[in-house]
Amino acid sequence: MTVFAFYLFALCVIVGGLFTVISRNPVHSVLWLILAFLSSAGLFVLLGAEFVAMLLIIVYVGAVAVLFLFVVMMLDVDFAELRAGMAKYMPLALLIGLVFLMELGMAFGAWETSEMAATQLSAPAPADVQNTAALGVLLYDRYFLLFQLAGLILLVAMIGAIVLTLRHRTDVKRQNVLAQMWRDPAKSMELKDVKPGQGL
Amino acid sequence: MADFFTNTGLGIALVIVGQILLVLVPLLVALAFLMYMDRKVWAAVQMRRGPNVVGVFGVLQSFADFLKYIVKEVVFPAGADKVVFLLAPMISLVMAFIAWAVIPFNDGWVVADINVAILYIFAISSLEVYGVIMGGWASNSKYPFLGSLRSAAQMISYEVSIGLIIIGVIISTGSMNLTDIVHAQDGAGLLSWYWLPHFPMVFLFFISALAETNRPPFDLPEAESELVAGYQVEYSATPFLLFMIGELTAVVLMCALVSLLFFGGWLSPIPGLPDGILWMVLKMVFFFFIFAMVKAITPRYRYDQLMRLGWKVFLPFSLVWVVFVSFAAKFGWFWGVFTRWTTGV
Repeated sequence: MTVFAFYLFALCVIVGGLFTVISRNPVHSVLWLILAFLSSAGLFVLLGAEFVAMLLIIVYVGAVAVLFLFVVMMLDVDFAELRAGMAKYMPLALLIGLVFLMELGMAFGAWETSEMAATQLSAPAPADVQNTAALGVLLYDRYFLLFQLAGLILLVAMIGAIVLTLRHRTDVKRQNVLAQMWRDPAKSMELKDVKPGQGL
Repeated sequence: MADFFTNTGLGIALVIVGQILLVLVPLLVALAFLMYMDRKVWAAVQMRRGPNVVGVFGVLQSFADFLKYIVKEVVFPAGADKVVFLLAPMISLVMAFIAWAVIPFNDGWVVADINVAILYIFAISSLEVYGVIMGGWASNSKYPFLGSLRSAAQMISYEVSIGLIIIGVIISTGSMNLTDIVHAQDGAGLLSWYWLPHFPMVFLFFISALAETNRPPFDLPEAESELVAGYQVEYSATPFLLFMIGELTAVVLMCALVSLLFFGGWLSPIPGLPDGILWMVLKMVFFFFIFAMVKAITPRYRYDQLMRLGWKVFLPFSLVWVVFVSFAAKFGWFWGVFTRWTTGV
């Protein structure tokens, strides 16, 4: 059963990744990418890392991919025109791909698993400690400062993005919600008794 | 016979299918009557009669609607992306249904009793937006597209505050398992439920749930005064029915979630009375009634007001609340009402 699920998810990841690259419509690409994300979350569940799987779905599928889709749907880019230049960039792309593949091969060739890790991999997970709780203890206890540092880096990146895009426009009408809420009929309305035939 | 169901693969699969049917069939039947209740409440507030023709007092109206939807023709708009167009309502429905796998209706009455149940629900509810976005985009039409863009921004904004509110509850309980969360609220009946220590968050959660499920006053993705029906404009017959069921199921799921997180799930409000599924159902129906009342009595928000409320009011408030709950839970403030850790640290 687990083997069957593994091959199903793995197949979905590969098919999703493949169609992300080759599908002609960019929106379809994002949808295939989402399939790949979801299937890899399934693989994490099979590994027993349910917390990571849920975070993958919440962060990548629930937020990042929605923004992708949002942007791609609104873009008015002629993708056929972009593809026309593909032949020109093909050799460079192939070269980069080849270099990357070689690097991966070399890294994997020099990969050594320590004896301890090999035995830990086959050892059963302790039944009394939950996966999520163990992760929490590690993150907030042993690696507390590193965790805070990671958060700080994200904060700096966020502030940077806000500063880059912040601009004050004076030519648009802005809604002041507080002022709107504090309005009352006494201050904003005046009743006039208009005599017929005279007007104001 | 018992051996077959507990040990063989086929037997276990059959048991799981049976459990799923046990959840889904009553849920679907209940949905039909909840839809009727929704319309009746709405009608009563507006001093109308509401559906009153099919069956006694019109109780079978939803079934008549159901028949009508499934025998009508499915119309595809010109230039629509057919596959995505049909996929969207299916995703909407499936996402609304699979979240029920982790909802406990009674002590142990749950299809999948997983440790990260609350995260699972959060993940699934963040996926529900895809049905809306895909439907709006695939219709190849202006109004649905505008509706789907609105919905994407809206649901992402309110998920943030829902997430932070849920984190407060998780910190109090020390577990993400929904059964544990309910057990942590056991004790002095009504007064030991989380609504009391997490009081302001109950309202924030409920309002965020309204926005997350695109219910009025936050139904901007389908605002009929400006966008006709938003992302549903081009849908007809069965796909439209799927959208409608999906949306309503998400609403009922939110009702279940409010009852579980803040109102003690299946626990009885008075210490002497027995706990049971009846309490859970009563609480869900009560919150559905409030959902229906809100729909009837509130005018729709403007879009910039909606965004302001989400980012400038709810987000800071729930963030401060998380910090407060963390301190209160750690140091046992307020006679330890925030510290109800069931598992060891």
